[in-house]
Amino acid sequence: MTTLLDALIAFLIVLGGAFALIGSWGLARLPSLMTRLHGPTKATTLGVGGILLASMAWFPLHSQEWSSHELLITLFLFLSAPISANMIAKAYIHRRFRRCSAPEDVETELPAPPGEGTDWATFGSSKFDDTKTGRP
Amino acid sequence: MIDIALKIALACVALAMLLNLWSLLKGPTAPDRILALDTMVINAIAFIMLFGIFADTVVFFEAALLMAMVGFVSTVAYTKFLLRGDIVE
Repeated sequence: MTTLLDALIAFLIVLGGAFALIGSWGLARLPSLMTRLHGPTKATTLGVGGILLASMAWFPLHSQEWSSHELLITLFLFLSAPISANMIAKAYIHRRFRRCSAPEDVETELPAPPGEGTDWATFGSSKFDDTKTGRP
Repeated sequence: MIDIALKIALACVALAMLLNLWSLLKGPTAPDRILALDTMVINAIAFIMLFGIFADTVVFFEAALLMAMVGFVSTVAYTKFLLRGDIVE
């Protein structure tokens, strides 16, 4: 039983390391930031998740002590990774595409969103534009 | 068995951090560098956890938790600075 659990823990550890490596390789290799964003935010978070699961199983099994830190790290990391990815993508859009106040590295016009009278959420919604709805 | 797995995973994460360092130096834009730094913090957390299992101690978990929190706050602060030119408005 312990041997089986050890094998499972070893597998989780190797899987976590492999995921971290694949995510970072994607970050170094992919062409633009919007594609590069997927490597770290998915693969690396999964890798850390695998390692945390392994340590959550390892410590109660072998040294009879349990700590809630792994659970806290997992929760915090899995909650914060999408938020930081969203913030990075927003900063990238606002600096790179037209309609922003950074003229040096402006490259392309942002494509129009689907639908009539709509706008990308990060540039403000024209649906709630003051001039159209007559809001104060 | 665990020892071999830990060594493989530590080598993988160390290589991943070197790749992150390379993309941090390469850039080319500021959001790219922020993304590389954020990934590097996540990999550092993984490295600390692996080393904690390797040394059979739970002391390093506080450090990993602190790195998770400070890494997230620093990423948000950097992107906020890029977006608004100010961190606390």
